[in-house]
Amino acid sequence: MSVSKPLPHDAARLHVTGTARYVDDVPLPSGTLHLAFGTSTIARGTITSMTLDRVRNAAGVIHVLTADNLPFENDVSPSIHDEPMLSDGSVHYIGQPLFLVVADSHLNARNAARLGDITYSEDTPILSIKDALAANSRFEDGPRIYTKGDVDTALATAPNRLTGSFDMGGQEHFYLEGQAALALPQEGGDMVVQSSTQHPTEIQHKVADALGVPMHSVRVEIRRMGGGFGGKESQGNALAVSCAIAASLTGKPCKMRYDRDDDMMITGKRHDFRIDYDVGFDATGRIHGIDFTQFTRCGWAQDLSLPVADRAMLHADNAYLLPAARITSHRLKTNMQSATAYRGFGGPQGMIGIERVMDHIAHTLNLDPADVRRTNYYAAADDTPAGQAGAGTGKRFGGAHSPNAKPKDNTTPYAMEVTDFILHEMTDTLLNGADYHARKAAVADWNASHATLKKGLAFNPVKFGISFTLTHLNQAGALVHVYQDGSIHLNHGGTEMGQGLFQKVAQVAATRFGVDISAVKITATDTGKVPNTSATAASSGTDLNGMAVQNACDTIRDRIAVCIAKLHDVSPETVTFHDGQVLVADKTLSFADAAKLSYENRVSLSATGFYRTPDVAWDRIAGKGRPFFYFAYGAALTEVVIDTNTGENRILRTDILHDAGASLNPALDIGQIEGGYVQGAGWLTTEELVWDDDGRLRTHAPSTYKIPACSDRPEVFNVTLWDGENRAETVYRSKAVGEPPFMLGISAHLALADACAACGPTYPDLQAPATSEEVLQAVKRARG
Amino acid sequence: MIVTFLLNGEIVEVDTPPTQTLLDYLREARDLKGTKEGCNEGDCGACSIMVTDATGARSLNACILFLPQLHGKAVRTVEGLAAPDGSLHPVQQAMIDHHGSQCGFCTPGFVMSMATAHLNGRTDHNDALAGNLCRCTGYAPIIRAAKSAEDAPIPDHVRDTPLDLPKETQIPAPETSDALAQWCLAHPKGTLIAGATDVGLWVTKHFADRDGKLDDVAFLNRCTDLQQIDDEGDALRIGAGVTMTDVLAAVRDLHPSYAEMIRRYGSLQVRNAATIGGNIANGSPIGDNPPALIALGATLHLRHGDTRRDLPIEDFFIDYGKQDRKPGEFVEAVTIPKSAPALRCYKLSKRFDQDISAVCGAFNITAQDGQITDARIAFGGMAGTPKRAATTEAALIGKPWSLETITNAAAQLREDFQPMSDMRASADYRMEAAIGQLHRYFDDLNGNQTDVLEVRA
Repeated sequence: MSVSKPLPHDAARLHVTGTARYVDDVPLPSGTLHLAFGTSTIARGTITSMTLDRVRNAAGVIHVLTADNLPFENDVSPSIHDEPMLSDGSVHYIGQPLFLVVADSHLNARNAARLGDITYSEDTPILSIKDALAANSRFEDGPRIYTKGDVDTALATAPNRLTGSFDMGGQEHFYLEGQAALALPQEGGDMVVQSSTQHPTEIQHKVADALGVPMHSVRVEIRRMGGGFGGKESQGNALAVSCAIAASLTGKPCKMRYDRDDDMMITGKRHDFRIDYDVGFDATGRIHGIDFTQFTRCGWAQDLSLPVADRAMLHADNAYLLPAARITSHRLKTNMQSATAYRGFGGPQGMIGIERVMDHIAHTLNLDPADVRRTNYYAAADDTPAGQAGAGTGKRFGGAHSPNAKPKDNTTPYAMEVTDFILHEMTDTLLNGADYHARKAAVADWNASHATLKKGLAFNPVKFGISFTLTHLNQAGALVHVYQDGSIHLNHGGTEMGQGLFQKVAQVAATRFGVDISAVKITATDTGKVPNTSATAASSGTDLNGMAVQNACDTIRDRIAVCIAKLHDVSPETVTFHDGQVLVADKTLSFADAAKLSYENRVSLSATGFYRTPDVAWDRIAGKGRPFFYFAYGAALTEVVIDTNTGENRILRTDILHDAGASLNPALDIGQIEGGYVQGAGWLTTEELVWDDDGRLRTHAPSTYKIPACSDRPEVFNVTLWDGENRAETVYRSKAVGEPPFMLGISAHLALADACAACGPTYPDLQAPATSEEVLQAVKRARG
Repeated sequence: MIVTFLLNGEIVEVDTPPTQTLLDYLREARDLKGTKEGCNEGDCGACSIMVTDATGARSLNACILFLPQLHGKAVRTVEGLAAPDGSLHPVQQAMIDHHGSQCGFCTPGFVMSMATAHLNGRTDHNDALAGNLCRCTGYAPIIRAAKSAEDAPIPDHVRDTPLDLPKETQIPAPETSDALAQWCLAHPKGTLIAGATDVGLWVTKHFADRDGKLDDVAFLNRCTDLQQIDDEGDALRIGAGVTMTDVLAAVRDLHPSYAEMIRRYGSLQVRNAATIGGNIANGSPIGDNPPALIALGATLHLRHGDTRRDLPIEDFFIDYGKQDRKPGEFVEAVTIPKSAPALRCYKLSKRFDQDISAVCGAFNITAQDGQITDARIAFGGMAGTPKRAATTEAALIGKPWSLETITNAAAQLREDFQPMSDMRASADYRMEAAIGQLHRYFDDLNGNQTDVLEVRA
């Protein structure tokens, strides 16, 4: 069986030899033109004049387009048509595209794009949360609110109560391959687009609208991205549409790729948040009621901000049963880049809110934060009626730390019953395996003997909901061909951005046909092969596309079985496929021979496959329902050290236990976990986005925006997969793994807070990102 | 101008403008798409390639490397890393075996850095790869790959031999300091290009070439007498053209704290290109060498035609963007003492590796019999220039070596500096951190553990 094998990434050999082809590497037809945007230099106002003579006269310039030159839709929004590709005269942020240069080379286009002479009538930009609230500048009419129970009474009657506020920064995706697109004009006004996108169908849709043609006239293809992380879910629209429009206008192929600084100035990032909390709890740290208020700066356009903010609300509980909860979410419109999807999609922001509360409660009660967390956990799967009823083949549920009495309530603040909770045992396994209690004592000893350096140690669990919260997106299609030589052409609607989706799905296909993985050809995502795809997002790629492919493969396999069975006069169920062989009536023939025989007997060896996630239903306005098919779980323990003279800090050791269900490919899954952790830790430590008072992003290049480098990874880094199957019926009982591990990085921030807390009696109130500067401030706060 | 070099073993002759980057040449003119553009400013390493000259092989960033800098050298790209028969280089195979690639976009740069380190027998993988960013893997599998390939034999084909070219060339590249002095006299407004780690960005980000600001350039890489380090007994005279890699090697044993700071300066690719003269001459307030050199009491050697003058290096930095350098004058060398046991350099940045300092403090305080007899303290990032902390020094000299003295003197830093706020740090934090560094220095010299980089779990 190909599934569960730790096979390398399907393109690994191409990667290491430099032959893996990205959009910018595609050989270009002669005469290809190159595009660049001229962008705004003010954050808010209107254009009073735009003189582009110097742009037009610059070397190599063929055309310069403004909004007036666009024949049809001037919109690249993925949601509510509020995002003109080129300014309609109003300016909403510094970096907003105003005009489009079409030139004979990339450098000539970029050179010309800086030569626009533009005057503005400036308005005062709305930048801060405070500004936006004062101006009531927001998306949707008012805040969205989810409630469970009687929060006010729970808060009023709880033995203890505390309030606090937590600020967290956004995050630049910093995919190594910048945004890129290439449009190749076809006969009759058709367009073929190669786009570095997680969402080919959206590109197809936006290009069709911009060209005024039906979607059937546009075909979008993407073999791979050089990283996505959510940043290529909607942010590639502008480039693809620009290329298509310019290609349509000139009849020439057109390519556009952002220079890194342009990419960071133009495109959206992770939403930053402030979360205020008011929590009531008892002497054991058990929460009686909690009131969260989440504020997020969405930037100038709506993009995907509503579902992002929804997901932040949906993860405000993380792993904890909240008897009474109110979650209020303000989606603020500000004059900055339009914040967009980023790995976790609001989940990390919501989750760190409650993790921070756990930390604060533990500090207040002088309890071990790990104990406070366990006190508040949801009931274990086997301790809930629904969990027992739905028990599948999963192992290791329940255990010593499961509550004795079965609680009546095991529902989330959005009224979903939690029936697959496995963190009690995972926590035990992780903390025991990583020697938590002994190391906690050792850290205390070490801190007592070191005056200026302090260590910290902290744990966090992760419970992450799997499914698109927009229910209709939970579908996928596949197209599989078997050729008469037994080789297999595999296609589905998912996109490959490094996560190993293509390989995992190919392993599924190989397993269904019982052939070696080498018999399966992975092919580029193509809207002409599989239509109406959802973005490869929400960690759903394998769950959805793996099932769709399984479905398509089974259709063909069953046709072959019927054909071969008939020839041997046996029943089709007796025909088996494994090790590249087809067994029928004590005879063995190769899969290739079986395919050839089927072809000769006029059996179709091509099939589509389709999958839709069952059992999900969600009312996002009411905040009630079952938005998620299941939860993925993880647990991390991080040890850090800080310098109390300067705030410098680093991660020393990390231990992770993560739940990927029955892993389709343990090597690729561990890769997602290691990479997700480091990216999550980066978000909360060194990665700081800084806008100045004019609204200009000052950290728009790797020289000023610091993602983790090689030595920032934990020197001791132990990652283990939880041994258990998904209770939900997913493809081979695996679990989604793209986003959940990102939130394991929260433990790094908690560990830094723990180290700061070792400096004095006061709660250090460490904010994020915990740069050296922020750590030093927290040390001072701890000292009181 | 015609530039000749070896590219994956084959001689190429290119007629090029002086500021065409190797990356653009590879991707656009040669259709070699394996070398990637990630940032176009030398910070991500996706364009890393191997360059071999008479001094050996080193990794460099192709995006900020101008073709004339390569004249006579051998360039190897990812397309030339596997053997001609297609068998993979050991680091390539190791990257596959250890799952070191995910999206794969950074991978060609990584394998070139890894292959260069492998060729040079380096096993300090964190340092060798500090200039290669990966957003997918969290680096763990890449390091596992690098370790596993350490002992594999070096494939012969990656050992390049530089070209032996005639001296005559169209490239404005003086061969001696004397010739350079003449060039500078004749071109007082010209631009000198050594490693191009700064000038490269003028081109890739600001189109200085298009604006006529780089019409008059000279390349320094052939000026070998500027690249010498002379042992003068109790001092080292370091030529302006010495790369930071070679400065690091020269001071590793003499001044370990300075060396440790240089280890974090830029990345290996940047240090392999950047020169100490360039770092001094551009006068940046956030250059990392000047504070260390000031604390060391270094002497700067300037040359104008046949006239040479020496000055204490701190006097070179007059004001933001203004140095004590006349038109046509250039930095020829810097001399540092070989002994400074009390020197400590503390580089503070958001990220440890490959990050520009928010504050770079250099401290060199001498005490005899418990009394402070001399103090040289300098900071980068605290003023418009690299600057000595004169008031603070005065508050130390003659006082006992004690926490009280340090605390009192640290308060004087507020007299010496009025730092600014920017994206790297706030003004308040810069000041607090500078004070913290002086305290760290006291703890450090008293033998306490003060370096988070030396702590293990």
